[in-house]
Amino acid sequence: MSDAIKAPRSFQEIILRLQNYWGAQGCAVLQPYDMEVGAGTFHPATTLRSLGSKPWAAAYVQPSRRPTDGRYGENPNRLQHYYQYQVIIKPSPPNLQELYLGSLREIGIDASLHDIRFVEDDWESPTLGAWGLGWEIWCDGMEVSEFTYFQQVGGHDCKPVSGELTYGLERLAMYVLGVDHVMNMPFNDPSSPIPLTYGDIFRQTEEEYSRHNFDGATTEMLFQHFKDAEAECERLLAFEPQDPKSGKRIIMAHPAYDQTIKASHLFNLLDARGVISVTERQAYIGRVRALAKKCADAFRLTEAGADA
Amino acid sequence: MPDLLIELFSEEIPARMQARAREDLKSLVTNGLVDAGLTYASAGVFSTPRRLTLTIEGLTAESRPVREERKGPAATAPAAAIEGFLRSTGLRLDQLERRADKKGETLYAVVEKPGRAAPQIIAEVLEAVIRNFPWPKSMRWGAGSLKWVRPLHSILCLLTDETGSTVVPMTVEGIETTNTTEGHRFLSPGRFAVTGFDDYATKLKRAHVVLDSAEREAAIWQGAQNLAFAAGMEVVEDKGLLAEVAGLVEWPVPLMGRIAEDFLHLPPEVLQTSMKEHQKFFSVKNPKTGRIEGFVTVANTQPADHGATILKGNQKVLTARLSDARFFYDNDLRVARGGMGEWLDGLKSVTFHNKLGSQADRIARIAALAREIAPLVGADADLAEQAANLAKADLRSSMVGEFPELQGLMGMYYARAAGLPEAVALAARDHYSPLGPSDAVPTDPVSVAVALADKIDTLTGFWAIDEKPTGSKDPFALRRAALGVIRLVLGNGVRSNLTTGPFRKAADLVGAREGGFADVNELCAFLYDRLKVFLKDQGIRHDVIDACLAMPGNDDLTLLVNRATALAAFLKTEDGPNLLQGYKRANTILTQAEQKDGVEYSFGADIKFAETDEERALFKALDAAEGAITPAMTAEDFPAAMAAMAQLRTPIDAFFNAVQVNADSEIIRRNRLNLLHRIRAICSGVADLTKIEG
Repeated sequence: MSDAIKAPRSFQEIILRLQNYWGAQGCAVLQPYDMEVGAGTFHPATTLRSLGSKPWAAAYVQPSRRPTDGRYGENPNRLQHYYQYQVIIKPSPPNLQELYLGSLREIGIDASLHDIRFVEDDWESPTLGAWGLGWEIWCDGMEVSEFTYFQQVGGHDCKPVSGELTYGLERLAMYVLGVDHVMNMPFNDPSSPIPLTYGDIFRQTEEEYSRHNFDGATTEMLFQHFKDAEAECERLLAFEPQDPKSGKRIIMAHPAYDQTIKASHLFNLLDARGVISVTERQAYIGRVRALAKKCADAFRLTEAGADA
Repeated sequence: MPDLLIELFSEEIPARMQARAREDLKSLVTNGLVDAGLTYASAGVFSTPRRLTLTIEGLTAESRPVREERKGPAATAPAAAIEGFLRSTGLRLDQLERRADKKGETLYAVVEKPGRAAPQIIAEVLEAVIRNFPWPKSMRWGAGSLKWVRPLHSILCLLTDETGSTVVPMTVEGIETTNTTEGHRFLSPGRFAVTGFDDYATKLKRAHVVLDSAEREAAIWQGAQNLAFAAGMEVVEDKGLLAEVAGLVEWPVPLMGRIAEDFLHLPPEVLQTSMKEHQKFFSVKNPKTGRIEGFVTVANTQPADHGATILKGNQKVLTARLSDARFFYDNDLRVARGGMGEWLDGLKSVTFHNKLGSQADRIARIAALAREIAPLVGADADLAEQAANLAKADLRSSMVGEFPELQGLMGMYYARAAGLPEAVALAARDHYSPLGPSDAVPTDPVSVAVALADKIDTLTGFWAIDEKPTGSKDPFALRRAALGVIRLVLGNGVRSNLTTGPFRKAADLVGAREGGFADVNELCAFLYDRLKVFLKDQGIRHDVIDACLAMPGNDDLTLLVNRATALAAFLKTEDGPNLLQGYKRANTILTQAEQKDGVEYSFGADIKFAETDEERALFKALDAAEGAITPAMTAEDFPAAMAAMAQLRTPIDAFFNAVQVNADSEIIRRNRLNLLHRIRAICSGVADLTKIEG
């Protein structure tokens, strides 16, 4: 590592370097989950795989949606659709902090010039019934990642404990690339034949989805879909484990969990539409959490989620 | 005498937990060592983000030998008893001592416990302390089951004496003790060995770690002041922030930056809150303009470029944050100048509580109540109503959405921007107060009216829907609201009968809307409970309060407390407890006679039946006391009434010494009972003295 690392030139180069780095550290480089989620944690590779005793190591980009954060593409930092980079390793290795700092070096953050700090941050996901302790990581006063040792997920104690790293990719990349507005950030190499900025790709969709999230989405339909997802989740989990057709024991933990993810996103949309009151909010979060817990219970009964 | 050095080296310990952890480490280890028979001369404890360090000087090398003696059964006791004694002592019969005494011979077990070497004791104590350390929140990591605040990486445990230093051997969950530690994560990576505390502290400093948080605090404060001074500015003191920042760095390097001109018009509290909450910056004030114009950030490194990159990065983050804040503020000012209608409309769709309606419903109740309360506190009713209607408008402002802790304060700025009367602006800021026992009580009449209305509405509302505090659960902070009412009333000398006045009105307002009425009397009982706690802290006993609560008009808290204060003071005088005894004696005799005779002796005693001088003197004293007490009570001058009552002490004592109440003559007996009745009537007009203990 004595050679100075060349500064990355684009958003995608930062992602590629993280992929290569964590791949080289032995993580399975997975692809994003193919559903709308609020954060990389929702990917079953994190939520479900952090349960049970089987070792696990994965890294992936997860497109994430936070409908209330829509700003019509005008805010320099805020987006309703953005990318998280997620690393999850079970059991958490003793040198996870060093590994993490290595990843920063890899994308051009030199610890001899920058001020890198681990600042207390207790992580809790009320919708997933999950919590952990760790830090937010500051680089020159800016939060660039979250670092969490999972203690509980879906109401289950994590044994062993998973270490989870979450990088807010846009914010991190803007800092590394020295860009002031996310829409001006080079997505591919600026010297490419067809250079594309983040704005070229996402400005229009940010406008469209902001309007959709705040005014367009039909709330009656969303309420109905929430109920449907909730019912389907419970129904899938109520099946007898023994599958008569294949003759195998098949618990549908993942399909049920998909419905939990759906319910969670529908709730976020309803929240953005401003039709959920403060008191109702808690009740909805509780309903999603109940689903997440049931899915976790079910996953623990499967091979992947069992104790070895 | 050896010295002991312990360092628990971990991943970053939250800053806010370090001070407590230092104290816990010191007391738990030293108590453990002392309990095991060691003594020590002195102990010091330190923390950085990555370590807790304890140094103990002058530790004894081994514990004192202990001789324990236990008396057993008689030598002639049944075999089962002797066997039981042997089991419990772990000795054989031939190891017991036999001693002759009155009963014959008794068995004794004498166990000599030799002194134990310090290392053995230290290892046991340290392991127990690590396994049971009282972190506010702790965690597991990896595949282990040990809990620590964050993963624990190494344990240094070293005993040093004239002959050199040795590691105290022990292992906790696979972590073996060593004589090594690490320096600064970035500036001096790698482990090194130490020989004792002085060597440890010196080498750490060479490895870019300032061990003592007080030294780091001093360095940060001094460095920050120097930077500010050089620029003709001054750092705004913030002790809490200083302690926190000192807990975030091992090698503090303060750096100062300027806030861009575009943001200097923001209220100083906004700048301070944003910089402190989000970035842990100190605010720097320009004494010439009185504005916050700069900041100091504290880096945890000695960067190659003297901090240019770090400062640039921090400045950038600050600019992004303050751009948000300015956007919110400018936007809010536009809404405020337009009359805040947008916010007030918005509050209609914000649920306060599903059984108590929206925030707008709540505000309407508070406004109606503030109107009612206004005359009681000397406020203009229209102004109080207007202030109540607007006091919570800022809850919908963008700035309060971002920084909830600025609620009220932003309301004040926005009310001023809207050109509203200053009393309305102050009420917006102050109506949440007092928030705690030490928070100042508002004194501006309009603020007092709105603050009272706010709290009384909360109390009656949650009472009406049966969300009362139980045990340790008080999710709607009703105890705090009750204390707020008490402090507002007493602090401003408000005179009002709460049950028939404000609380009744509030219950009606809630009831009219929500169909559930609060039981005002029960609610006041809750208020009295809080009052007792409050007055207890002021040194007024609960029985004194009970004696005053039993009096009519007790729901006028100011009157009640004036009475209680006077009574408490009276009971502290020499006359107080003596008069109380006399009163109680009179009351007991009278009550027994009344029960026996089935009559009330309230016919009025006649001095012509008095037989002794003492009796006649009591007649005169009672006349005099009555003459003084009646006008004093009318004027609510309790100290004067108590003083007059005190005058009765000597004549009452003399009366009881000289006179037999239950005289043979029925006429004289009745007359004396009627006389006792006068004592009771006069005294119980001041307070119900039967409630006083003792």
